[in-house]
Amino acid sequence: MIEVEGLVFRYPNGFEALRGVDLRIGDGEFVAIMGENGAGKTTLVKHFNGLLKPTLGRVLIDGVDTRDASVAELARSVGLVFQNPDRQLFSETVREEVAFALRNFGFSEEIVSKRVERILGMLDLSEYADTSPFLLSGGERKRVALASVLVWDPKHVILDEPTIGQDYLQKERLRDFIMQINDQGKTVVIVTHDVEFVAEAKPRVVLMSKGEIVGDGRAEEVLSDRDLVDKASLIRPQISELADSLSDKGLPRGLIDAYSARSAILRLLRERHVPELP
Amino acid sequence: MSLSFLEGLRFARVDSPLHRADPRAKFAMALSFFASSLIFTNALALLALFALQIPIALMGRIARRWARSLRGGAFLAILIFLMNFLTGQGASFSIAMSLRFFCLLSSFSIFFLTTSPDDLGLALEQCKIPYAISFTFTTAVRLVPTMAMDAQEIIDAQRSRGLELERGKLLRRVRNYIPILVPLIVCAIRRSLEMAEALESRAFGASERRTSLTALRMGAGDFAIVALSIALLASSIYISRSLQMPSLEALDSLLSFKWGFAQPAALGRIPKA
Repeated sequence: MIEVEGLVFRYPNGFEALRGVDLRIGDGEFVAIMGENGAGKTTLVKHFNGLLKPTLGRVLIDGVDTRDASVAELARSVGLVFQNPDRQLFSETVREEVAFALRNFGFSEEIVSKRVERILGMLDLSEYADTSPFLLSGGERKRVALASVLVWDPKHVILDEPTIGQDYLQKERLRDFIMQINDQGKTVVIVTHDVEFVAEAKPRVVLMSKGEIVGDGRAEEVLSDRDLVDKASLIRPQISELADSLSDKGLPRGLIDAYSARSAILRLLRERHVPELP
Repeated sequence: MSLSFLEGLRFARVDSPLHRADPRAKFAMALSFFASSLIFTNALALLALFALQIPIALMGRIARRWARSLRGGAFLAILIFLMNFLTGQGASFSIAMSLRFFCLLSSFSIFFLTTSPDDLGLALEQCKIPYAISFTFTTAVRLVPTMAMDAQEIIDAQRSRGLELERGKLLRRVRNYIPILVPLIVCAIRRSLEMAEALESRAFGASERRTSLTALRMGAGDFAIVALSIALLASSIYISRSLQMPSLEALDSLLSFKWGFAQPAALGRIPKA
């Protein structure tokens, strides 16, 4: 459980990035934190493993105040994957890179090699195990960064902008992967601008703007709300725009993805007895 | 672990007499303080030299950032003090060396905080330095804060992967910096390659003789700064050579440190610089 209470954070230069945030994320939840650039999303998640400590208020991870634990201790249960893989890759091979955290946490070599092989397999990276991470493509480097965190099996997984630089196919696989680890009981928090990605994955959406939480609810509710989405400088999913513009024809509001839109349209057409439908 | 002290070297666009002054005049001032602090080994003289810079920082309306850069240097200053003190240099000399470090840091902090990279480039160009070189220099200055941000992000990422920088024996701690230095260097190289491409695609170096929109001209105020800088340096040389300065040597007998085979007689004596 991640509990944030009255969190205010001020950077040393005086900028108040978070202005009183309250948030509870239960075990096994899937949450997307969205909002404009500079809304405080990354600042917020950096509190989850203690990289940043609250100026005011507190953050509890499974009941432990982040002020009372080191980053390494918190990282054991909170895996934070950063946006830019180039700002962490340093090893000679992908295998070494992925093993780095396990060695830091003091796992035995036997467990290290077993876990590394497994996670490389899960993320389609086995063939690159002995390649230098610097020789991989952007999308592959991003997956190595992901593997290097998931490898120690943290209970809560935080992904900062996981979809940036990924082509459509990779995004789809990433979504499947995220939902899969979420199904296995992990808490997954993603920080993203990618409205379409969220519309299809349908997590709980926490909308931030100017250091505050302005919206919190199911993706269908939050992302279809024009005022809320405007406030966070996002654009609603295209399907949502379409559903709105056809609402006078009887299409319900709150549609955000192609699949639900398809069934809603089909239902509408059936009601009007349009023949030759699939 | 934080790199916020580098903020103390980042230029801020503020309107102050010092910001408006000619970069060459400000450079003369920085050099004058720099040289003067190298002349003295007397703690009180260095303290005076340091105190002299306080009103300048206030005039430039950069006092807070200036103070932050000094605070960032505090660790190094303590290290300098300890290194001198523990090798038997005496307390007053050790204090003087730390003060000297603050003076040097402060003189360049004031220069960089009040001089925009553009002004700096312009000044270099008008000193007939080839554009490729002056551009490299100003870009390097401009990239310091960016690199600092990179470094912070890298530190955050590695700590998130269980890297502990504060613990362990010295050798281990040094080795722990590899995961930080490698990505930092790789990022820097990547960035410079990208930048070179971006520059070339915008016709960098297409014409041999560049002309600039604005030309720097030294005004009366600028000449005054230069004159004062020369006066400062001259009086520093005079004072250090011919005047007997009161010193803190009394401290040495109070605070003496014996290290191994150091001769007691050698302690507390100020070596000639």
